[in-house]
Order: sequence, then C-alpha cells, then structure tokens
Amino acid sequence: MNIPFSTPTAARRRPMTQKTVTLAHGGGGSAMRDLIDDVFLSAFSGEGRAAPEDQARFDLSALMARGDRLAFTTDGFVVDPLFFPGGDIGKLAVCGTVNDLAVGGATPVALSCAIIIEEGLEVETLRRVVRSMAETAQAAGVAIATGDTKVVARGACDKLFITTTGIGVIRAGLDVGVTKARPGDKVIVNGLLGDHGAAILNARGDLALDTAIESDCAPLNGLIDTLISAAPGLRMMRDATRGGIAAVVNELAEASKVGIRLDELSLPMRPEVMGFCEILGLDPLYLANEGKILAVVPAGESDAALAALRAHPLGRDAAVIGEVTSERPGRVVMRTRFGGERIVDMLVGDQLPRIC
Amino acid sequence: MRFVDEFRDPALAAALVKEIGAIAARLERGRDRPFAIMEVCGGHTHAIFRYGLEGLLPDLVEFVHGPGCPVCVLPMGRVDDCVAIAERPEVIFTTFGDAMRVPGSKKSLLQAKADGADVRMVYSPLDALTLAKRNPDREVVFFGLGFETTMPSTALTVQRALREGVTNFSLFCNHITIIPTLRALLEQPDLGIDGFIGPGHVSMVIGTSPYRFIAEEFGRPLVVSGFEPIDLLQSLLMVLRQIEAGEARIENQYARVVPEHGNPAALRAVQEVYEPRETFEWRGLGSIAGSGVRLTAPYAAFDAEKRFAVPDIKVADPAQCRCGEVLTGAAKPWACPEFGKGCTPETPLGALMVSSEGSCAAYYQYGGIRGEAA
Repeated sequence: MNIPFSTPTAARRRPMTQKTVTLAHGGGGSAMRDLIDDVFLSAFSGEGRAAPEDQARFDLSALMARGDRLAFTTDGFVVDPLFFPGGDIGKLAVCGTVNDLAVGGATPVALSCAIIIEEGLEVETLRRVVRSMAETAQAAGVAIATGDTKVVARGACDKLFITTTGIGVIRAGLDVGVTKARPGDKVIVNGLLGDHGAAILNARGDLALDTAIESDCAPLNGLIDTLISAAPGLRMMRDATRGGIAAVVNELAEASKVGIRLDELSLPMRPEVMGFCEILGLDPLYLANEGKILAVVPAGESDAALAALRAHPLGRDAAVIGEVTSERPGRVVMRTRFGGERIVDMLVGDQLPRIC
Repeated sequence: MRFVDEFRDPALAAALVKEIGAIAARLERGRDRPFAIMEVCGGHTHAIFRYGLEGLLPDLVEFVHGPGCPVCVLPMGRVDDCVAIAERPEVIFTTFGDAMRVPGSKKSLLQAKADGADVRMVYSPLDALTLAKRNPDREVVFFGLGFETTMPSTALTVQRALREGVTNFSLFCNHITIIPTLRALLEQPDLGIDGFIGPGHVSMVIGTSPYRFIAEEFGRPLVVSGFEPIDLLQSLLMVLRQIEAGEARIENQYARVVPEHGNPAALRAVQEVYEPRETFEWRGLGSIAGSGVRLTAPYAAFDAEKRFAVPDIKVADPAQCRCGEVLTGAAKPWACPEFGKGCTPETPLGALMVSSEGSCAAYYQYGGIRGEAA
C-alpha cells in the first residue's frame, strides 16, 4: 500500500509502543498505520503535500516554471553497516537520488522512498534512519513526498533496504551528457577521492584498523548549481559512486569516443585513504564516493569552474585531474606519478584484498 | 605520505632510468635479444604495472613476470578440493579475498558461496580462529595459501589453536616454498632469464642466503628488492651492473626490511609446524619436488585434508592455455591464443587472469599499451 508522506500529522493516532518491528507492522492493519504515523509522517513533509491519497500530486505549471524537461531516476540502498562514520543508509538514500538528478542538470523536486524492513529491527534504529532521511532531504531542499513500507521475515532481507526514486526539473538551455566530451576539455573532481569506500570497508570492523576516515556522503545539488553558473559550457557531470572515478571516466571515454588522460599526481586524496589502500592492496580509483562528482568543462572555463567549486564547502579540494584527448578513443590512460603510463580499465567484480 | 613518497620520487626515478639506459647502451653491441630480468614475486609484478615501469625501460631490457603469485599457481584440482570442503554443511570456509575468484574445474569459491556454501573472506588467519571460537558447533577451515610470506602467520595460528585447545579449527594447507621452485625453473633447458629480482617479503622471512645457489650453480645475479617503484628500478640497475661486470652475486636492495638470515622467530614457527611434501602440483608448471608443505605430526589434527577426506583429483589445465610458458617467461600473455578472447578477467580460464598480481590480468587491466603495439 502506498502512503503519501503528506498526511497531516494531526491525523496521527498513537505513538508506537513496541521496541521492534514485527510482521504485524507490514500487515496493512492498524499496527502498520501506527508505524507509518509515528515513524514516517512525523519526519517527512513538503512538496506534493495533499489529502491522504495513494500518490503525491504535483502542479505541472509550477514545475514548468523551473525548466523544460523532467528528470526521473531511482536507486536502491543496501549498505552494511546501516550506520557508518559520516552517514547512514538514510542519508545515503537521499543523497544518492538527489545527486543522480543534479548531475543531469536537474533541480531535484521530490523523492519517493520504499523501505523493506526485516522483522526484529529495532524501532529506534528505523526512527534514526528516517530522521536522517528527513534532515538530509531538508538540507537538499527536496521533499520526500510518498513512500511505502514492507516488513519481511527474518533472513529475507538484511535489516533494512531502501529504494528512493526522484523527480527533478532540468533547467532550460542546459544539456549535459556523457557523449559530449571533446578533445581539449578538462576533467574536474570536487574533492578528495575514495573516502566513502574506505569508510564503509573500515566500518565493517574486520580490518581492525584505527582510522578516522569518514564517508563523504552529501547532497551535491547546491554545489552543482554554482558549477553550472560558473561554467555554462559544462559538457557532463556524473557522481562517482560504485566503481569509483575509474568507472565514470571509462563510461565517458566510451560514450564520447575520446581518450582520457589522467594525471596521478593531481588526484586529490587523503593520506589516510592512500595508506588504507596500500595496506589492503586496493586501488583508490575504484573506491566508491558518495559526495563527489566528475565534471568535464571546456578548457576555457576550467579556471572559473575550479574557483566556483573551491568556494563551496563541498568543493574545497576540487582539482583538475586530467584532460580529454583524441588519442586511443574509448581508453583511459593515467600518467603515473613519475612519468610511466598505465591503462585504467573498468573493474570486473568487487576489489578483493590481496594475499600479501 | 611519509616513508612512501620518498620511494616514488619522479626525479630519483628519472635518474635511475637514465643510468639503466646508459648500461643498456653499453651492453647493446653484439646482443640479439633483450636482457630478460625476472621479478619472481607477484607483488613486484603488480607494482611494475601499477606504476607503468615497463614503459620507462630501454628496449634492451625487459621484465619477465615470474611464478611468485600464490593465487596464480594454484591448480584447478586444489580449488575443487576447497569447494568440496566449503560445501559441507558443517563447514565455515575462510579465505583471503583474492583466492575467491580462482576457477576450479566446476566453480570458484565465489560461485560456491552463491550456491549456498558458507565461504567468508578474512584478512588474517587469526580472524578464522576467532570465528571458530565463536562458532563451536561449526567446523572452521582456513585456506592457507602463499609462500614463506604468509606461512608464519598460519603457523602461529595453528600453534595458538593447539595451545588454546580449539578443536573445530583446521588448515587446508596449500603453502608453497620459493627455493625448490626457483631451482626447477633454473633447471629448465634454454631458460632465457639473465637475472632475477628476488622477492622482498619472502626474503624478510627466509633471509638472502638461501638464494646463493642461483649465483653459484647457475651463474645468474639476484637482487632482493622492495616493492616501491624506486626499489624496483634500483634493483634492476643493480642486476644490470652485475651483468655488465660479468658477475653473479646475491645482493640485498631491501636491507631496510630484509636481514641476511631472515626472521628467526618466524623460521622457528615454520619449521615446527610444516614439513615438505614429496611433491606439489603447480598450475602451468606441473609437479615440483619438495615445493609444497603439510602440517607436521604434532599438528596433524589440524590438517583439513585429513579431517575431511578431500577428493584430491588432478585436473589438467585446458589444452590451449599457455599459463606455464607465461609463468616461466617463455611466452608473453598476448601470445596465448585465449588471451583476451576465451580468457578475460570476467571469465578467466587460468589463474593468471584472476589476481591483480597475475601477469595476464595485469597486462589486460593495466598494460595493453605495449601489448597493443606488439
């Protein structure tokens, strides 16, 4: 059953008294109503707000005033652990979809969220996640307008899975895309690479490494607004999540039929993350990020783009990391830190730590 | 990063490359093939590709990527044994990460896990022992793999298991030793290897003296090397200097880590816990006498092979694969008919395509630049 998270909170009946979520909370009866009222409706509100219907509703003319195309995207979140330094699954679920909209040049408008809960999850855990979603959505200026919950038997999912879907409006005249890179363009990132991947691996706890690496999880729509204003010729943006920066540049090289040349020395990276990778034999280029975009801008706009990014709190460590070339179309080559060259390919599976 | 950046200094690298080039130019006269210097260790292979060292070398000098990647030389039959143990309902099978994708004749451990086997990735054998203590009703098996580098840590784990009376822990021992392997390699007729870059971490355990026979009996220089690009370039230069001087000695470039006589405590543990097997099968290289180890009598109770009666069936490598020739430096990966076609990192036929230390995967992933031109 779909519940728009727009029902006035005054309709709330009674607060939850149980400490854990049970299958009864997914049964469609009053227990489920209590869960939704108490945990979700008290946290979510915003655009699309209407009478208690099965769907959020939007006024088309209001949307059309913001741009001329609709952007629509979805993403599933199954991170383990649920809470990690720098974020949690709720923050991640909001940022992920907001960022997927924003990198297309869209202003995010509203999200839906579908939550699958494993029976036995503590209500307080759910409450923390939902509160985090609400705070992140508010920070990003986006509404969580509708949603759904299901409770499944123990073992049928791992604690909590979230799917968020988002709509946004793409501003008129802006057309960014992965096919648009041209030789001579500059490749820019907005900051330190690999923090999220390293933080998650470390938070799983079986490495016993004592490090303070935090996930970079953040909504990037504000930062992207500044970038668009500073570099109107912007070719493309992608958030460098799973597969890391390597996956994004490879997709770009292939789709635009260009070569990409990265410069290893210019990759912004935290010494802790580099050390982490050294110990485990991982390549930081493949580590996930949750608050990093890769942008391609014409060479003439790269100084302005960099300055704009660096002026934003989420872009202080922005850097030009490479350029688009006409050599070896479809391939990414990295100049190593002392002048050697190597090909940077897509990752096949997960990165697995090396034996020795 | 301190103590790392110093060993990746571009200016220092440029100076070393220049000197290597100068020696190569002096040696060039009368030479019809490049000097082939084998780096034995998979960690070195990985570093060579990661930093693009091959592209910096003069045409007259080339690295040959040796058999020192423990994942790469694991025969299919042993992976089948792993899967057979892992698929027993009472077993939690623990392994280092990069062994998970190595193909067996039917499946890899990763596939066995997807099919329901309880396979878990650990970062240390001690993690496996902890798992055994936490799961007293299960049998926890650790997949012991690697050369002398990883042998001491599994040896110490088995010693601790005995001391603490942990009876539901066992070791599936696939450790291999470097010296018999190097000897077998050197005894091959027409071996086109002019010198060796010796493994750093293995030598940290065994020291440098066990390599003497390479110089004394086979007249090849060997330089034990560290893993940073500057280490490797300096070691290569040291090997070439010996060649120019007509010498064959064992030198130690990695003296900051490797003592001449190794690590006595580690060697004691290794000697107490392991004894050589008559023979051990290597992928692509066949059986090599004395190259594998098993648990000694006092620790036999922890031997997973005894506890679970593994099938131990030898599986022939696919006929068209040229893993053996690639491992001994007789062929480059791209000379194999399956390279990049039937055998890719997504669907590896041979283990050399699995580990990032395997020369086929390294060429496929990082290399390509020379390979494409060739």
